Amino acid sequence: MKKRLSRFLNWTILLGCTILVCLFLGIILFDIFSKGMSSLSWGFISQPPTKGMTHGGILPAITGTLWLTLITTLFAVPFGIACAIYLNEYARPSVLTSMIRASIRNLAGIPSIIYGLFGLALFVQALHLGTSVLSAGLTLGLLSLPYIITTTEEALKRIPDSMREATLALGATQFETIKDVVLPKALPGILTGVILTLSRAAGETAPILFTGVAFYINGSTTSVNQEFMALPYHLYMLSTQHQSIEQVRPLAYGTAVVLILLVFVLNIIAFYIRFKQRTQQ
Amino acid sequence: MDQIKLSAHSLNLYFGQKQILKNINIDFPKNQVTSLIGPSGCGKSTLLRCFNRMHDLSSDAKIEGSIKLDDLDIYDKKNSVTEIRKRIGMVFQKPNPLPKSIYENMSYALNIHQFPKNEIQKLIESALKESYLWEEVKDELKKPAVKLSGGQQQRLCIARTTVLRPEVILMDEPCSALDPISTRKIEELIVSLKKDYTIVIVTHNMQQAQRISDKVAFMYLGELVEFGNCQDVFQNPQNELTKNYVGGHFG
Amino acid sequence: MDVKKRETTDWLLKQLFKAIGLITIVLLGGIFMMLIYNSIAFFAKVNPVDFFTGYQWDPGSVDGNYSILPLLASTGLVAAGSMLIAVPLGIFTAAFLSEFAPGKLQAVLKPVIEMLAAIPSVAIGFLGIVLVGPGIAKLFGIQNGLNALNGSVLLAVMALPTIITISEDAINAVPKTYREASLALGADKWATLFQVTLPAALPGLIAAVMLGLGRALGETMTVLMATGNASAMPGGFLDSIRTITATIAIEMGEVPYQTTHYFALFAIAAVLFLITLAINFLGEYFANSLRKFQA
Repeated sequence: MKKRLSRFLNWTILLGCTILVCLFLGIILFDIFSKGMSSLSWGFISQPPTKGMTHGGILPAITGTLWLTLITTLFAVPFGIACAIYLNEYARPSVLTSMIRASIRNLAGIPSIIYGLFGLALFVQALHLGTSVLSAGLTLGLLSLPYIITTTEEALKRIPDSMREATLALGATQFETIKDVVLPKALPGILTGVILTLSRAAGETAPILFTGVAFYINGSTTSVNQEFMALPYHLYMLSTQHQSIEQVRPLAYGTAVVLILLVFVLNIIAFYIRFKQRTQQ
Repeated sequence: MDQIKLSAHSLNLYFGQKQILKNINIDFPKNQVTSLIGPSGCGKSTLLRCFNRMHDLSSDAKIEGSIKLDDLDIYDKKNSVTEIRKRIGMVFQKPNPLPKSIYENMSYALNIHQFPKNEIQKLIESALKESYLWEEVKDELKKPAVKLSGGQQQRLCIARTTVLRPEVILMDEPCSALDPISTRKIEELIVSLKKDYTIVIVTHNMQQAQRISDKVAFMYLGELVEFGNCQDVFQNPQNELTKNYVGGHFG
Repeated sequence: MDVKKRETTDWLLKQLFKAIGLITIVLLGGIFMMLIYNSIAFFAKVNPVDFFTGYQWDPGSVDGNYSILPLLASTGLVAAGSMLIAVPLGIFTAAFLSEFAPGKLQAVLKPVIEMLAAIPSVAIGFLGIVLVGPGIAKLFGIQNGLNALNGSVLLAVMALPTIITISEDAINAVPKTYREASLALGADKWATLFQVTLPAALPGLIAAVMLGLGRALGETMTVLMATGNASAMPGGFLDSIRTITATIAIEMGEVPYQTTHYFALFAIAAVLFLITLAINFLGEYFANSLRKFQA
């Protein structure tokens, strides 16, 4: 009898914890979507803010985030993939290789605000790129690098050696083997990792705080040397820094909805690619 | 006397501290099929992979001694490994077609080795015919190679190797993943190929070794125990170990 | 011949890939050097003893008080609070997922956890302002819900996906034979879980907690938005606090270049960097000991 009671209790505790975790997601989504959907309209995403940001939309924040993510991608993806290729395809176990791996693991654990400081010191000040979407994008690129390397390497690891041997035995060089067989075969896995990393980067705020993000810019960002608005920073600003916070709350909710939708769409694309790849095999 | 095509001299191979091959000396005669037999773990596949430098990729493999293709020392640093692999083709245990179409599987090596474009079509056709695959696939060359049956895939892998007109073909238990009918087809193919190529094949199947080989090499614990004509090794083995193995007492 | 060209290309690209691989070491070294260089500039002006023992962070005052202690205490308090919530919740959820949830339920729960991980920190901070903070204020009958407790709850939500995922891997990595042995001896599923599986997975669970803790310590936006930003020494969970990350975020945008205050922000960043580095090393140490135990 006592045993059954304790078993029941155990079961309840474990299930309860799991339900609570799901509930967290439910509450977050419910609160933001129930209060934010009413702010969404075509005008909200296609117009710049007006009247001291108490009216209008969030167009420049959307385009700014797209700019930022584009620069992050252009920088982090080729470098990340190249590094993963070196580690998985060329590198032999050595002191150097384990140093690279240790660096990657530690880079992934560094707080994002420290990347912000590094971006400020390196890109904004030392390289004179100024506070700009370029500086911010490169900073986010550095932050994303370890994740892209890790996920790409995992995708490369899943390609069996027999695939590589097939072309090597035909007299292909290692690079030809990578280019013609390994990369095409690993592409869905690499893409999944890249998209998930970018969705993370798009939602980051701390690294862009001192590297180029702006409260408000007139018009949209048109060149990489300009400052820019970004969705996560816009949400931060509307919810803490605006002079009439209560008045702009609906706009803040609307921004949160757009930001979460953007991140979820990227995640769903990544899940879809992964799902398709799994069912094909 | 047979003309020697490929040979190993005082070959030792270590994986880390462990010695896998011990002082192997062997000559493979031209245009004959030589089978490497022996219990699993005896080093026969490891030996086979020495001949086209497949161990280059494993970081802890260390090789001593020499391997010669005619008079070319294949481990000499001056010699290009890609050239050597073009001359010494390899077919693996499990069929491993490239994730491309049948045609691209055949044309891949021709393209990277820069064969003249106008010859490619002809070369592919004749190699596929040689592997008895042409009639089965000629209307669907654009189909992904992985859609073929296991036996067809393996014959494609053989054709993909022969299309380069190599001098030697190494085969690492090419039938172990196949059904009996496909195995028979591949065996016939191997026998028919020997007029043009020197073939070294690893097999654990005694009947197969007897059916297809001219020469047989028996290996045990990293050493070459006995090497001779197929009939001699099977009917009249000199070594006690060989006798027990071919007699089916262990392995 | 062209073989030469192909093999040269191969060699060149290999060197290129290697050089790019080296960038990761340079990057880590660069971040470290930047922090150290600026910290040295700071300690040339401010006594390290004052930095580590004082009670006030008030760079605006006339004589400039640069003590990291209130910020460190805030950071520690909010992170410890988040672990108190997230560790039991995360490990029990992971246990449920790997030991008891049927396959179909797992297929639903995994994406839920991944979606939770995907929500931007700024959105969680926003909820701290509009939902959790006011809730806490009401619950405890206080004026302002933007305090350490609020931050802890939010950070717990953010650390959960990390803790759950890695704990689940650790639990799954426990050899099946352990469980079978225990079950064969007549222990039921629960006794097996609590007395065999979880203890065996302990190094992995600790690694999970360490990584979760690293995430909580390094998080900026959530604590910046939701903990009230009072840089005084915190007295408890219902006090407003200001973490190291939030301090950098608030003040870096306003300080003049290369002033004492500017260098001070790098110095506190260096301390945070070293703490997270140590935690990552610990986590890795435990993760490795799990791997060894499996082999």
